[in-house]
Order: sequence, then C-alpha cells, then structure tokens
Amino acid sequence: MSDNQNSTDLTKQDGHDSLDRFQDPGIPAHKSRMADRDPKAAKRAETQVVILFTISIIGTIGMLVAFFALPQNTSIAGIRTANLIIGLGLAFALLGIGLAAVHWAKTLMSDHEHVDERHGQRSSDTVRAEAVQALTEGAQDSGIARRGVLKGAVVTALALFPLAIAVPLVAEVGGDWNVSKFRHTLWKPKMRLALDPSGRPIKAEDVTIGSAFHVIPDVSEEVRTSHEWISEKAKAIVLMVRLDPRDLKEAEDRKGWSYDGIVAYSKVCTHVGCPVALYEQQTHHLLCPCHQSTFDVADGAKVVFGPAKRPLPQLPITVDDEGYLVAQSDFLEPVGPSYWERLK
Amino acid sequence: MKALAARRHHRFAPVVLLLLALLVTGGVYAAFAPSPASADTASTEDIETGQKLFQANCATCHGPSAEGSDTVPSLVGVGAAAVDFQVSTGRMPMQMEAPQAIEKPRQFNEEQTAQLAAYVASLGAGPAIPTDEQVDAALGDPSNGAAVFRTNCAMCHNAVGAGGALSEGKFAPALWDTSERNIYQAMQTGPQSMPVFNDMNITPDEKRDVISYLVEQREGSAGGLDLGSLGPVSEGLWVWIVGMGLLIGAAVWIGAKSS
Repeated sequence: MSDNQNSTDLTKQDGHDSLDRFQDPGIPAHKSRMADRDPKAAKRAETQVVILFTISIIGTIGMLVAFFALPQNTSIAGIRTANLIIGLGLAFALLGIGLAAVHWAKTLMSDHEHVDERHGQRSSDTVRAEAVQALTEGAQDSGIARRGVLKGAVVTALALFPLAIAVPLVAEVGGDWNVSKFRHTLWKPKMRLALDPSGRPIKAEDVTIGSAFHVIPDVSEEVRTSHEWISEKAKAIVLMVRLDPRDLKEAEDRKGWSYDGIVAYSKVCTHVGCPVALYEQQTHHLLCPCHQSTFDVADGAKVVFGPAKRPLPQLPITVDDEGYLVAQSDFLEPVGPSYWERLK
Repeated sequence: MKALAARRHHRFAPVVLLLLALLVTGGVYAAFAPSPASADTASTEDIETGQKLFQANCATCHGPSAEGSDTVPSLVGVGAAAVDFQVSTGRMPMQMEAPQAIEKPRQFNEEQTAQLAAYVASLGAGPAIPTDEQVDAALGDPSNGAAVFRTNCAMCHNAVGAGGALSEGKFAPALWDTSERNIYQAMQTGPQSMPVFNDMNITPDEKRDVISYLVEQREGSAGGLDLGSLGPVSEGLWVWIVGMGLLIGAAVWIGAKSS
C-alpha cells in the first residue's frame, strides 16, 4: 500500500493533515444480522426464499398451462384473458427468481465486507522497454521504411476503404436530393376534388353548410394503390368546409379562390406537419391534434393560437361543367412546415 | 289435461301462470307495438302534442316558433334526427349555459321525444330518424368503417372512439356507450362543434360501417390494460409514477441492509 499511493486513498502519509483533507473513517464496524444471531430467524428467511422460488415455479407452470389450455383465436375477451394470464405467469416467474435471489443474498449469504486493494497499472520498466523493443524490431522486420511503394499502397488502401461504407450511407439518406418536390403537390388545374378514402369526386351542391370534407386529388384507383401514393397523399390532403358566405372573410387577392362559401385548405400543419383536422363547425376553428395550433377557417386559416407561424396554404377551387369541384391550380406556396430552401 | 288439472294446486302453479301471462303479453306487444314515430308517419295529433311540449320546454331559448336567435340555433329544417339525438341523450333541454351541452339523464320519454321530433320535422324538411336496418352493426363492414373513421372522426374522437379535448372546455365525447342510432344521427346532423357528415360525404352504407367499427371497439383491447386508450398521457403517467416508483422502490430495497 505504501509504495502504491493512488488517487482513491485520501489520507496523507506524512501525518500533517491540512484543513481540506479529511480522515478516512474506514469501514464501519460489522453488525450481525438477525439471521446471523438467531437460528430461528435464519430458518424463517430460508422459508421466505423458498416461497419466493415457489412463486416463480408456479408462475412458469401457470404460464405454460395457459399457453396450451386457453384458446388464442376466439373472441377479443378470450385473447385478453389469455394474454393476461400468460403475462402474469411470466412476470411472477421472473420476479420470483429475482426477489428470491436478492432476499437470499441479503439475509443468508455472508455479509462481511472484504477489501481488495487496487494496484498501480504501470508495468515495470523492464516490461515497458521490452515492449518498445518488440515494436521497433517488428517495424524494421516489415521493411516498411525501405519499401516506399508498399507503404503508399497500404496507406491508400486503408484510407479508401471507409468510402465503401460512407458513400452509400450518405447517398441513401432521403432517397433523393430533389428538394423542389416539397414545393409541389399532385394538385393541378382542373383536377377534381375527391373524398378520402373512397375517392368519389365531390359536387359543390353536396357540400352543405357546416360540413367538413376530407379531400384527396381525384386520381385513378391504380395510382391510389401504388407505392408512391402515400407520400403524394401526405402532401396533397385538403380539408374542405362550407361556411355561410356572410361569415367568410376573404383577402382581396383570394376572392376568386373559394366557391359559394366553400373553402379548401391544406391539411398539413405549418408547424411540424401533423394533419390539422379537428374542425369546430360553430367557431370555424381548425385545431391541430399535436400541439394545439388553431387556425381560423373563416379568416384565411390564419393562426389564432399555438406554435404554428404561417396560415395554412389555401387551394384555389372552382366548379367544372358537370358541377364537380375542381382545383384552379396547385397550392401557390409550399405546404407543410418550414424547411431551409423555403423562401419565407 | 287431467294431469294439468290435478296439478293446479301445486305450489309452483302461480309462478308458471305468471310466466306464461308475461310471455303472452310481451309477444302480443312485440307483434302489435307501434313502430317509433318518424317524420313520415307522424300523426297530426303527435305534432300537436309535440308543439305543446315544445312551447313548454324549448321555446324559452329557441323561440315560440323555433326560429332561434343570434346565439340559439333555429330548429327549422334540422329534422327529426337532430331532435331525437339531442333529446334522447339528455343534451337538450340544456341545464345551464356552458361551453358544451353535455349528456345527462333524458328528460322526456320515448313517446314525448318522438312527438317533439315530429313537431320540429313538420317545420321544415330535414334528416329523418334512421331505420333499425340503417344502424345495424351486424350488416356493416368494420374494416371499411375503420378507414372512414380514421379519416373523418379519429382526430377528435380518438382512434378507438375514446374521445378527446377541443378548445375552451369543449370536448369530443367517448363513443363506447353511445347507441348506434345516436352515432348515426350525430354524423347526419353535426351537433354542436361537430361538423355535418351528410349522405354525400359519408354514405348511409359507410355510416353503418363506422357504427360497425365502433361497436367492435366496445369489446376493448386484446392487449390487457388499455388505460383508457388515451395514448401517451395515461401511459406516460403510468410509466413515470407506477413504473419508475416500483423501480426506485426495488433499488432502495436491494441497497438496504438486512436488519
């Protein structure tokens, strides 16, 4: 101990304790437990441990019995009961072992403190010298200092190899780097508005006052079942409502964007992109379920509460010859939350 | 017959007779009971009684001829479905001014509700009370119902119909105890904050699919304790208070010395 003065030992060897040092109080005196003093208590503790192990045994057997005995494919209530019993069996099986082991160790196993001294990690000077010697000899033996081409080849090979992992990793991020697709959705001029999820086109006369319609672009069944649809739909979803034209406040430049009190707004929140769809038809407020951003549908979907910063983009709509609602164009600004390349 | 006559003083005879009598009365009633009144079949008598009930109980707010005011909706053209929904769930008559009229024990019995509905339906055409077939969950397709529900209803009423909060004290109620007829009527008439989902938006068949999906949810989840199906709020509370509490308790117990 005296020649290995290390950082865990705070006592000073020279006997001059300064004020900011304290005397190591050492290990407190050993106190014997009830089970050490009284054989009856030891017997009791043993019984308790046995009971805990027995609980585990019963749990395992119960779980196995339930697994085979209870039908798994009947009613929901049946599956629930089976799950419950299997789960409780598993829980007791493991908990019994854990509690028993801890209780056993605490009450019956030896609780005398033992001290293991820690030794310095530095090797002896002889060993260190030998190690350096071995490395130097190895380097000389390989001849890397003499063979310049070999040196260049090994360095190049080692330096290049990480690219084989890094390049695909970086290139696969996000699939492609075409940021401009965030600016556009499936909507285009004369495209009909259709119902989500059935895909039925919507006639203006069907949108009664107080209604809320969840709208997708009118595309073929084939497109709607394709792999790309889900990401296109995620950008193009629209919530459409009809208000009493007297309640509707419209900006001068957007007067032509609604049809007879019917307004359509992007359903993607401008905060972090959740679907904003909780529509209160009496207040005309549209709520986002994620962070409670609230938009006033009667007033250009401007933000009246919450963390969103911009109003929801409006989809300009009109009707075609057959009375179906159609888009006048795509959204005139990118939908959804802000991103780096967005201008405002 | 003789065996019967011999046992007429048996001590169970009155019980058997009573059961028979009940069975016959019930059977006859079921066969001849009047079907619930709807706007089409309501008699003028129903409408007149309904009008009297309306004058006594509803006219204070909705006006003597149900025309409403700036703050109270007009009932002309809301239809029998709206009246049946509001009155049979006890939401109307309203108890007090509140952010939202809440469900409470109904104040009118079925007959009175039907009379009120007949009166309001006579004021202007509106959605009628759905037929039993229209709301029969067994005839619906729960999987299509789930898709329709997810798009149109789940954001307010929760993915399994557990309900959720709206703004300023309003809320979307849980749908587990709502009757099939009331669910249909709510979609059709859009009570209070709820938007209207007319038959062109969600077709009658799709409405029945939604009902079928919701009826399936009444069985609860197969995964054990669903904690109200409220998602991260109740689950977080459970994990942080009960789960972490147990872990801390176990750590303290393991670390403590045995006495």
